[in-house]
Amino acid sequence: MPSLDTLYSATLSGFETAHGGFVQVALAVSAFLFVVGAVGVFVRRNVITVMMCVELMLNAVNLAFVAFSRAHGTIDGQILVFFVFTVAAAEAAVGLAIVIALQRNREDLDVDSFNLMKG
Amino acid sequence: MILDVILFYGAAIVALASGLFVVSQRSPINSAFSLIVTMCSLAVMFAMLGSAFIAVLQVVVYAGAIMVLFLFVIMLLNAKQEEGERAGGIGRAAIALGIILAIQSVVVVWKGAANLPANYRETTSADVARGLFASPRFLYAFEATSILILSAMVGAIVVARKEKDTGK
Repeated sequence: MPSLDTLYSATLSGFETAHGGFVQVALAVSAFLFVVGAVGVFVRRNVITVMMCVELMLNAVNLAFVAFSRAHGTIDGQILVFFVFTVAAAEAAVGLAIVIALQRNREDLDVDSFNLMKG
Repeated sequence: MILDVILFYGAAIVALASGLFVVSQRSPINSAFSLIVTMCSLAVMFAMLGSAFIAVLQVVVYAGAIMVLFLFVIMLLNAKQEEGERAGGIGRAAIALGIILAIQSVVVVWKGAANLPANYRETTSADVARGLFASPRFLYAFEATSILILSAMVGAIVVARKEKDTGK
């Protein structure tokens, strides 16, 4: 009787050749999470939640980078993720500083109330 | 082997579910905790895809530093639960278009990814460091990153600082 492990590795090797394995699933998850984040930017009213949805989109893109890095067997995707991390950290720092300034000056965090530059 | 598959698909399901929670919660603090769960499960997926270094960075930098900053600001400002929808029906339109876009993009990506090459090879953190520093390809971008972080730090301090009463 074959052990569960050999049985599974047989199906897995078939899966790897047929579908590219994890990479395809990771890219699909990445696309879905990006769309979810993009919808969240429009649906949510709180500025902080909108920023968190942007972070979710950045994370989805990171997943795509890592998946492509695996598919092509190169390191470039992982290095780009490294740069995305640093830019996201800078963006979060400045964005949250702006949120604090908004709260101090307007005492409101609703995105619909910020229409100073509306034409 | 079997553990890899279970871990990867489990992390994928958790990432999708908690990603939806981030968007559907009305309270920012619930969104923030869901986002931490998303990031940790994405870190598991990174590790399963063979990027252990990026997985560690994801937990330390994203789930650690950035999300702590978010939680800190949410608690500092005592952000309340949202009430009502966005003005002008933007929210409902975004959900309707988002469902269509999600189906389209997942189908297209799924079909396109079927023809990707499978040149997987094991990489370590040393490979990432070598890719960053061994050639000038990413070296100047890396140096520019330090300037970016410095200017972001100065900008954050300037923006968030309390204005002194100068007759304003």
